[in-house]
Amino acid sequence: MSSSVFFDISAGAYIAAMIIYVIYLVTRNRTVGITATSVTFLGFLSQSAAFIIRWANSYTFWQAEHPASGVLESLLRGAPLRNLYESLIFFVWSIILAHLFIEHKYKNRSLGAFVTPIAALALLFIDVSGTSKELQPLIPALQSNWLLFHVLLSFLGYAAFGISFGAAAAYIIMVSESRTEKTYIFWSVIIGIFLIILIAMGIDFMSLSAAERAQLIQSHFLKTTFRSSSAGIAAASWAAGIALIFVLWYTGLGLKKVLNNLALTPAMLDDIAYKSIAAGFPLFTIGGLIMGAIWANSAWGKYWTWDPKETWSLITWFVYALYLHARFVGGWRGKRVAILAIVGFIAVIFTYLGVNLVLSGLHAYGSE
Amino acid sequence: MKDNEKENKDIFEKVWGFFASVKLAIFLLIILALSSIIGTIVEQNAEPARNIALLAKFFGDSAAPSVYNIFAKLGFMSMYDSWWFVSFLALFSINLIVCSIDRLPKTWHLIQTPLRPLADTAIRSLPIKKEASFNTGLNIVKDEFSNTLRTSKFHVHEASGEGSFQLYSQKNRYSRLAVYVVHLSIILIFMGAMIGMRFGFKGYLNLPEGIASDVAYESPTKEIPLGFTIKCNWYDTQYYEGMDAPKEFQSELVIIENGKEVLKKVIEVNDPLTYRGITFYQANYGMLQERTHGDFILEVAPAGGQGNTFRLKFGEPFEIPGTGITGRVVDFSPALTRDRETGRLITYADSMVNPAVAIEFSEPGKPTYTGWILRRYPETGILPGGHRIRLMDYWGIEYTGLQVAKDPGVWLIYLASIIMAIGLYICFFISNKKIWINIKGDKKTVHVTIGGSSSRNRLAFENEIDKILSHASKAIEGRST
Repeated sequence: MSSSVFFDISAGAYIAAMIIYVIYLVTRNRTVGITATSVTFLGFLSQSAAFIIRWANSYTFWQAEHPASGVLESLLRGAPLRNLYESLIFFVWSIILAHLFIEHKYKNRSLGAFVTPIAALALLFIDVSGTSKELQPLIPALQSNWLLFHVLLSFLGYAAFGISFGAAAAYIIMVSESRTEKTYIFWSVIIGIFLIILIAMGIDFMSLSAAERAQLIQSHFLKTTFRSSSAGIAAASWAAGIALIFVLWYTGLGLKKVLNNLALTPAMLDDIAYKSIAAGFPLFTIGGLIMGAIWANSAWGKYWTWDPKETWSLITWFVYALYLHARFVGGWRGKRVAILAIVGFIAVIFTYLGVNLVLSGLHAYGSE
Repeated sequence: MKDNEKENKDIFEKVWGFFASVKLAIFLLIILALSSIIGTIVEQNAEPARNIALLAKFFGDSAAPSVYNIFAKLGFMSMYDSWWFVSFLALFSINLIVCSIDRLPKTWHLIQTPLRPLADTAIRSLPIKKEASFNTGLNIVKDEFSNTLRTSKFHVHEASGEGSFQLYSQKNRYSRLAVYVVHLSIILIFMGAMIGMRFGFKGYLNLPEGIASDVAYESPTKEIPLGFTIKCNWYDTQYYEGMDAPKEFQSELVIIENGKEVLKKVIEVNDPLTYRGITFYQANYGMLQERTHGDFILEVAPAGGQGNTFRLKFGEPFEIPGTGITGRVVDFSPALTRDRETGRLITYADSMVNPAVAIEFSEPGKPTYTGWILRRYPETGILPGGHRIRLMDYWGIEYTGLQVAKDPGVWLIYLASIIMAIGLYICFFISNKKIWINIKGDKKTVHVTIGGSSSRNRLAFENEIDKILSHASKAIEGRST
């Protein structure tokens, strides 16, 4: 079977798992919980198979083009972590891995309802962004031994940050007392914007022809809604967006009751958010910043050029460094650090996607 | 005099306290993160027109030029080396150094202070506590716990009282220094960057095929002498079969010193050439405007025969050996393709994506004919009689774009990176763990109280203590039966 079949199975499994986890949240039925975990695990196995098959295909492709390459070199060059599509897939794989690990460690399934949506959203994003799924030849700039380790560690770091985002978002709901609290308003706006962008991209996707879809991010991003040439449609989109945030703000506090009924405690969520950042920070610093700089130096003779991608990864680093210092030596606790964990993950998303969508830089090849 | 000294000391302490404070660190991290965003939106060191066009989107066409001027005055157009951003970075490093110096003695004292036995109540109030009892001798229990702790790499001390023992132990106490190691590595990175800026350079050099240079350029008007000569033998772009995706950008470079060739290397992206501390990176390529000395390199083979290589000027005739057929290059295209609609041959790019030559053939007694031979499609060079002509290169019309850099600070950056990686690993994954075990008993039963604390990751330490307990219990049972 080809890798795409296994991948489709895993995508289906994660989306099903997301629904089952939500049912588990409501019913708290043990069988439902076990089913959710099993479906997630099956999806994970299937995606691992897809990953290995894609790597093997890409290895063969490299070998055919570079017969002089050794096994190790071909393995390194064949690593399926070359473009937006492949790296997002790997992000999903890492976050599911981290989630299964945490579920096992904390013996609590409730977090799945917060983590599987991140994976499902990333999968949905892959689909609606129309990124090319074909096996692409490796361009010269990426033909480096650093590619595998740089991307691998960065994305494991991103996945850990993703988990901390999920935990911090759940934490904020649990400790919010009323809708007028600033933290709660912040929460509804952020989660609302996430959903709105995804929905708007879905509308873009549906309105475009198959050929145009490949260019969705570069040339059609939100053009059917918020950036529409018709002022009426744009205004209606803004109105609908604001309405969605309002609904989220109005109903979001209801989630608190659900969470309170579960074995989840704010202390546990706070602990998960912190531990994920404690694991993600060294991974991201070493894999993202240090290896990226060393690679840039060996490719261009400059380890740091302040291009937007580098600068945004440094901004991300500043935010998480702030989280760690504020918490350890600054005495910050509770909602304030939870907000930092959320801001940190927004910086991650901007580093990875925003720079390619909105800004351009040396890393422009990532948007292909 | 005394008052004055005291006042000076007070001021010094205030200043010191300011630079050592966490508040300053938090403020600087926030301000650095926020201000860094500006330079990712405003294009850095760009033509003014580009940023004015960008600003017009936000402030309107009429206001954009004045907004641009204000932004330019604030240093936003080259903000990462503006005085205020550099000042924040300087403050950040001072903060880092002062707070480390401020805190290090306290941490050092904590590390050096010997562990002391604790009272039973104190052990019970530790974050992790376990209890067990055994029906065997006091000494057996003590020995086995002591052995188990030692195999888990704990430094074990012993205190004895009346009918009781206490084992108190710790490990990884130096891991508390890791955070200072990380801070140090950041300072080393700043130092490495400064060495690079002061003693190194970043330049470029566009070198046509066959041309040599003994300088690189920092700007069109600023030359940097290399101290030796570098020559480009050839430049070549290779493509993946049947695709326009580049597979490799390559140049063959030669270093010449005192008229002698001392080093030759084919460089690629990610595989540069270094000589005397100066590194040449494959960064770019292009075609020359003036094509005065191009050579067509053709491999010509008569049907069934061996290939011969010819270097030919434009229009210069050659003969397919032993056939009497002569040819000459009459046209060249760097990127030839057939237009999908009209079917006519067109050039679709300015660079040598798909180089092709038109060769006019003459055979005695036959009319002349012309055919295009494409480099990436060798089958286009097979003539009706089975003779083969391959276009190997059109040499001398391309240049290689080299990034030229000398950075004597880069070794320090690499060293600092290694130190930072080790520091971060220890900081987040290794913790200072302490265990106290009280062993008390009469002749029949021995009661054991275990208490532990760690600087990080209590959960993992609790698992470790569980393992120590079960391991020791097994060993004790093994000895008492």
